[in-house]
Amino acid sequence: MIWEIIYIFLGIGVAFNILASIGLLRFPDVYTRLHAGTKCTTFGSIFICLAAMIYGLWKWHAGDKQMIVITIHTLFALIAILLTNPTGAHAIARAAHRSGIKPVKAVVDDLEGKNV
Amino acid sequence: MLAFIASTVFCFVMWLLLTFNGNFWQTDELVAGIVMACIAGFASRKILVKDFKLANPKRWLFILAYLPRFFYEMAKANFDVAYRVLTGRINPGIVKISPGLKSDVAITTLANSITLTPGTLSVDVDEEKNLYIHWINVKKEVLKKMPRDYKPICSNFPDWARRIGE
Repeated sequence: MIWEIIYIFLGIGVAFNILASIGLLRFPDVYTRLHAGTKCTTFGSIFICLAAMIYGLWKWHAGDKQMIVITIHTLFALIAILLTNPTGAHAIARAAHRSGIKPVKAVVDDLEGKNV
Repeated sequence: MLAFIASTVFCFVMWLLLTFNGNFWQTDELVAGIVMACIAGFASRKILVKDFKLANPKRWLFILAYLPRFFYEMAKANFDVAYRVLTGRINPGIVKISPGLKSDVAITTLANSITLTPGTLSVDVDEEKNLYIHWINVKKEVLKKMPRDYKPICSNFPDWARRIGE
């Protein structure tokens, strides 16, 4: 039962990470590629981390005291991913716009010409 | 002084969690942890603690209440992006919204939430705390008036950010 849950979570995580890499190849410019590169990888990584946490908790419950370490450390990794992934995407997008890269096929650009 | 104590306690709790190995901590581990937490807390007291708004337990309750809704929006965002990855139907643009938030915590929460939710990515923020958002599927009705309506872009996240951070 628990093995199935772990495999399902791993499968969902890997599927979203694959979608993210397809998006990186298919989208036309840096901003839309960041969409694929931040959302899908964060969501996929959450599921992979959840699978690792469930495995650690399960083994800990079964009597192996050391395995709680996996759960705690994966939780910290998850929090770090959740905080740094959007921040990094924001920094890349801002740097791209400041160095003059226009969004491809844009219907509106409110930031155009503004050097904040 | 209060900032030093707060950051030291935070560092010590992190140390305890990171060195936990299933059994209770040894005395030498605890002593080393206190010394290290004092050093790290002294070094980071001005970075970690800006004000004491987050010491209010009400804000933590709001954060806890916000998380399920945030994950729901995030799941929706991922299916939306997956759909656009597979079909290639995009209609992008950069729009400006004025959520009217003052504090740094609130604007950071909002910007990070926006980046992780449906088809939007925050690009820049100016001095008046207006956000510039790259939107992958711009809707026609938002383009008509100039102070943009933020409801279609990020639903009611600004209200949540206000409750958490202001």
